[in-house]
Amino acid sequence: MKGRAIVYERNHINTDEIIPARYLNMDNEKDLAPHAMEDLDLSFQEKVKWGSILVAGENFGCGSSREHAVWALRGAGIKAVVCESFARIFYRNCINNGFLAIECEGITKYVKNGDEVELDLERGEFRNINAGKTLKFHPLPKFAIEIIEAGGLMSYIVRGSV
Amino acid sequence: MGATLVEKILAAHSGRDKVTPGEIVNADIDIIMCHDVTTTPAIELLEKYGIKRVFDPDRIVIMPDHFVPNKDIKAAEMVKRIREWAKEQNIKNFYEIGRHGICHALLPEQGYVKPGTTIICGDSHTTTHGAFGAFATGVGSTDLAAALATGKLWFKVPETILVEIKGKVPDGVYAKDIILKVISILGVDGATYKAIEFTGEVVEQMSMESRMTMCNMAIEAGGKVGVIEPDEITFDYLRRTGVEDDFTIYRSDDDARFSDVIKLDVSEMEPVVAFPHLPSNVKNVSEAEGIRIDQAFLGSCTNGRLEDLRVAAEVLKGRRIAEHVRMIVIPATTEIWKQADREGLLYTFMEAGATVSTPTCGPCLGGHMGILASGERCISSTNRNFVGRMGSPESEVYLASPATVAASAIDGKIADPRKYL
Repeated sequence: MKGRAIVYERNHINTDEIIPARYLNMDNEKDLAPHAMEDLDLSFQEKVKWGSILVAGENFGCGSSREHAVWALRGAGIKAVVCESFARIFYRNCINNGFLAIECEGITKYVKNGDEVELDLERGEFRNINAGKTLKFHPLPKFAIEIIEAGGLMSYIVRGSV
Repeated sequence: MGATLVEKILAAHSGRDKVTPGEIVNADIDIIMCHDVTTTPAIELLEKYGIKRVFDPDRIVIMPDHFVPNKDIKAAEMVKRIREWAKEQNIKNFYEIGRHGICHALLPEQGYVKPGTTIICGDSHTTTHGAFGAFATGVGSTDLAAALATGKLWFKVPETILVEIKGKVPDGVYAKDIILKVISILGVDGATYKAIEFTGEVVEQMSMESRMTMCNMAIEAGGKVGVIEPDEITFDYLRRTGVEDDFTIYRSDDDARFSDVIKLDVSEMEPVVAFPHLPSNVKNVSEAEGIRIDQAFLGSCTNGRLEDLRVAAEVLKGRRIAEHVRMIVIPATTEIWKQADREGLLYTFMEAGATVSTPTCGPCLGGHMGILASGERCISSTNRNFVGRMGSPESEVYLASPATVAASAIDGKIADPRKYL
C-alpha cells in the first residue's frame, strides 16, 4: 500500500478532535468525512486530497469510544493510520472495521507531511520512499489479521469464525 | 500463581479455569447497555448482515442519554429508530424520557449491575460499573452489534495495575480529586490495555457513588476497566436497589500478579484541578485560584449523583453565584432529580442563581444545554477537558470536584472550596 503521509507529531490526539461530538447525530462515512479532524487542523481536508496514510504520535484515538472516528477518517480517504501507539478502543474499532491501524515506534521522527510512503504488511515494514528509510513495525496480532482479512468483525462472525 | 479479579471474571465468562494476560478470549456478556449515539450504527450493521434477532432481549438495556431530550431532528430520528427497533426486538428495558438518565448513573440505580458480571456499552465511561466488582468496558458500535447478535465479545485479557490509596482524606478533597491525582501519576495512556484495581483504606471507606467516580475515570488513564472488590458497602447499595443476591464475588488472590503497584497517600492532598487540555494536567487548586470562569457545570456520569449535588448545595446554600457566571446543574437521573428536589437541593441551586436541567449528558461532550463559545472558560465536574470538548475549539475546560465547581461559581473564578465548607 502506497500513499502520501499526513503527519501529526502530537501525542494523545483524541476522538473528540478526530470527529467532534456535534456531528454524532450522523453515522454515515460520507456525512462525517467533511468534518474529520476539524477541531485539530482545518487544512486536513486539503491534505487528505493528496495523502492517504495518517501518521501520528502516541495514544492516538484516546477518549470517547465513538467509532465515528474511524468512519470519518476512512470516509475522508485515509487508507491506514500509523502511530507510535494507539488508545485501546480506537484500535479495536479499527480492527473491527477491517481498517489498518499500525503501531510503529519512532514513526513521527522519520516522516514529514507529503512524503511518499509504503506499508508492507507481510514484511512488517514502513518505507519512506522520499527519505529512503525503512522502519520495522509490530506485526498485527493473528486474531486481528483474521478479522481484517474477513473484512471486519461482523463478516467474521457471520462466517461463524467466532 | 493466583489470579486477579479481572482475570477471574474473564475466565468464568469464557468457560475457562484460568486465563493469562495477553491471550484473546471470547467472553459471554451479561448486560449490553445501549444509548442514543452509538446504537443506531449497530442496528444498521445487524440489518446489513441479515441478523434478525438479538441474542437475548432481556439482557439488553436501552438508555438514550447523550442528546436527549432530542436536541435536533437528526438526534430525534436516531432515538425514534432505536425505539422502533426495541419494540420489534421485544426489548422491554427502555428508559424513556421521564424515567431517563445518564446511562452510567441509571444502570446501577435500576439494579442491572451485579458483582462478577460482564457489561459492555458503546461508551468509554462504561468503566464506571467496575465499582461493583464487575468487568465493564466501553466498545464501539461494531462490537456492540457483534455482542447484540451473539451475546459474546472478544477481549485481550488485560494485565492489572493495583492502585492502593491510603491515608486520611482531608476536608475539601473528594473521590474526584483523588482520581484526578491518580490520572496525573499514570498519565493519560499509563493504563492503556490494562485494568486498574483500586484498593486501600480510602477506597474501602468510600461510598458507592465515590467509587463510581473513581472507576468512571479509569478510561482517562487509558484503562480497559477500573475495578473495586465488592464489600459490605457494595452489598448495602445492591440491597437498597433491590438486586437479587444471586451473583458471584471475585477477589484478586494474594499472590495475583500485578503489572504495577502504585501507592498514594492522600493525607496531605489539596483539592485539585485538571487544566486544559488533558485530564492528567493536574495542579493543586491553589495554583488555579483566580482564573476567571464564564460557566460552571455540575453533572455528568462522573459527578452528577446525589452525593455530588449534596456537596455542591452545602457550598452554595445561602450564597449567590457571581453575576457573570452561568451555572448549570444537571442531576444524572430522574430519581436523583426527584430526591434532590425532596431534599431542597434544587431550590438551593436556583436560589444561588444557578439553573437546573433535566438529566442528559448534554454539555459534557459539547452536545447541547450549555455549549461554550470561543474564548470562554468552564469549570466542570465532568471527565474530559480536551480541545473543543464542551463547544468551541477555542474554549477551555477545567475539571474539578463538585465542591470546587460550586465554590468557583460563587467567586466567578476558580476557588478553593474549603473556605465554604
